[in-house]
Amino acid sequence: MDVRVSGVRKEFDRFPALHDVSLDINSGELIALLGPSGSGKTTLLRLIAGLETPTEGKVFFGDEDASLKSVQERNVGFVFQHYALFRHMTVIDNVSFGLKVRPGSSRPSKDEIRRRSSELLDFVQLSGLEKRYPAQLSGGQRQRVALARAMAIEPRVLLLDEPFGALDAKVRKELRRWLREIHDKTKHTTVFVTHDQDEALELADRVVVMSQGRIEQIGTPDEVYDRPNSPFVYSFIGESSSTEVQIKNGELWFDGQALGISSDRPDGEGMLYFRPHDIELIDASNRGIAGTVVASRRVGATRRIELAIAGATDHVEIEIPADHPATETSRIAFRPKHWRVFPKS
Amino acid sequence: MALESGPVTDPTATARHATTERRTARFVLTGIALAFLALFLVLPLVSVFVEAFRKGPTEYLAAFSEPDAQAAIRLTLLVASIAVPLNVVFGVVAAWAIAKFEFKGKAFLTTLIDLPFSVSPVISGLVYVLLFSSQSALGPWLKSQGIEILFAVPGIVLATMFVTFPFVARELIPLMQEQGTTDEEAALSLGANGWQTFWHVTLPNIKWGLLYGVLLCNARAMGEFGAVSVVSGHIRGLTNTMPLHVEILYNEYNFVAAFAVASLLALLALVTLVLKTLLELRYGAELRAVGGH
Repeated sequence: MDVRVSGVRKEFDRFPALHDVSLDINSGELIALLGPSGSGKTTLLRLIAGLETPTEGKVFFGDEDASLKSVQERNVGFVFQHYALFRHMTVIDNVSFGLKVRPGSSRPSKDEIRRRSSELLDFVQLSGLEKRYPAQLSGGQRQRVALARAMAIEPRVLLLDEPFGALDAKVRKELRRWLREIHDKTKHTTVFVTHDQDEALELADRVVVMSQGRIEQIGTPDEVYDRPNSPFVYSFIGESSSTEVQIKNGELWFDGQALGISSDRPDGEGMLYFRPHDIELIDASNRGIAGTVVASRRVGATRRIELAIAGATDHVEIEIPADHPATETSRIAFRPKHWRVFPKS
Repeated sequence: MALESGPVTDPTATARHATTERRTARFVLTGIALAFLALFLVLPLVSVFVEAFRKGPTEYLAAFSEPDAQAAIRLTLLVASIAVPLNVVFGVVAAWAIAKFEFKGKAFLTTLIDLPFSVSPVISGLVYVLLFSSQSALGPWLKSQGIEILFAVPGIVLATMFVTFPFVARELIPLMQEQGTTDEEAALSLGANGWQTFWHVTLPNIKWGLLYGVLLCNARAMGEFGAVSVVSGHIRGLTNTMPLHVEILYNEYNFVAAFAVASLLALLALVTLVLKTLLELRYGAELRAVGGH
């Protein structure tokens, strides 16, 4: 099922949570809504589900305008951040709830409901735990019950709010891979909300980066990582460093010398963004960004150093090989291998 | 104070001087509390039963075979059986509205629910007298329709309901607020309608809190004196509830009968207390499960 969000604005008591958001989700896609807290990602998810109504704009499921439909009529599978399992019901009763509450005409027979629920529990690898109560399950198991319960109603779209937020790091990684497998098997159109960029980049077909109620960038994990289209995306996804540069005649200048980097921006001041690991060290006499090492720490296989560079109050971070001889107060020069220049804000 | 001063004679305790002192203080505090309890709660309770059985069990039982006493017991049961279920419905509805929805005037409604607690029961009764007496606007019209409110069962039920209104709502509001709305949202997203969501999800989540509220509400409904006294008219065998009957018997110096009926009310209080304690044990565990979920 295609989902189309068209010009949606949402205000809570006059406080805007989303400004004019539009998003096309293709059938069978796995989409991540990624952003810091307060960016509006959960609001967007809840609008798609019908748990909130937009102040302006529309939500389409296929060609059908779903904006006017209630959450019950939209037939979406929603997995809540803390799962919201019914604590007084057993696992199997939780999973079969959505089928049991259907009106008589479309409700499957008791045996059929039981069969389908058991099948789903089998699918999420929880067979044998049918009679348990949610309080008797681990976090990862509850998460899987919540997913099975959402899938039981044969939803047109699967929506997950911070699906791994409440789990510890190890379980998170396992479930992440497992969710991808589930998605590849069932081909449900799936949207999930996360503030964890690793999760979004690893799992999603496309990532929607959000900030302050707006969509900053929509793209594949490669696109948003390699070609961020704004300073926000650059600094939010992956590590980034930035420094002030001048643009003269289509070339970048730093501290009175040309860097040998061309730019199609108009002359003036700009901000040069690059990844700390994506640089080459050069001889200090060559054209590049030179600075004095003020701090150095070992990060895994590499060493991360902070450079005090000319004319900048903030230090610039770069990564160098762990066996590099640089110590504090050494001078080092480098040039980014990939970069982007944005107007100075 | 003599308990606290003076050297400690027990040689094993000298090493743990600090603890010993605390223990002394604990004894004093516990002693004071127990003395208060004995004086103000246990003693009166015991004296109720002592007075009731002063002339032996035959006299005690005779107090209940009197038609007026039986009428009072029947009326009390009838009033409670009407007032408590209605207050359960109102209480659940009010708590649901306050805990699950945002609307203007919510703070005002919450305060309003507490009103019966802050108003003297006599005033609560007088309000109904003003509303339904023959001098009021409503009274003559109701009379012409053949509906008796004051000095009849409907007035007693109304006064009782007013006084006991907050018990269920007050118990449920904090509970429902703590539970939030995600369970309901989950049920709705799975296709349940409003009634199914309430019946299968909300109600099971609040059942222990609800039972607790019903218990307190019932105890108060059966025991209410002030408001009921104002509206009842004290017609023997017709509009006397148990508390009113006790008063009449007492004023007639019929102490054994008065205390016999009073002992029934005291028993009700004891049963309520035991059930409440049991529920608290159960309900506390339930709440902890909510927190750990």
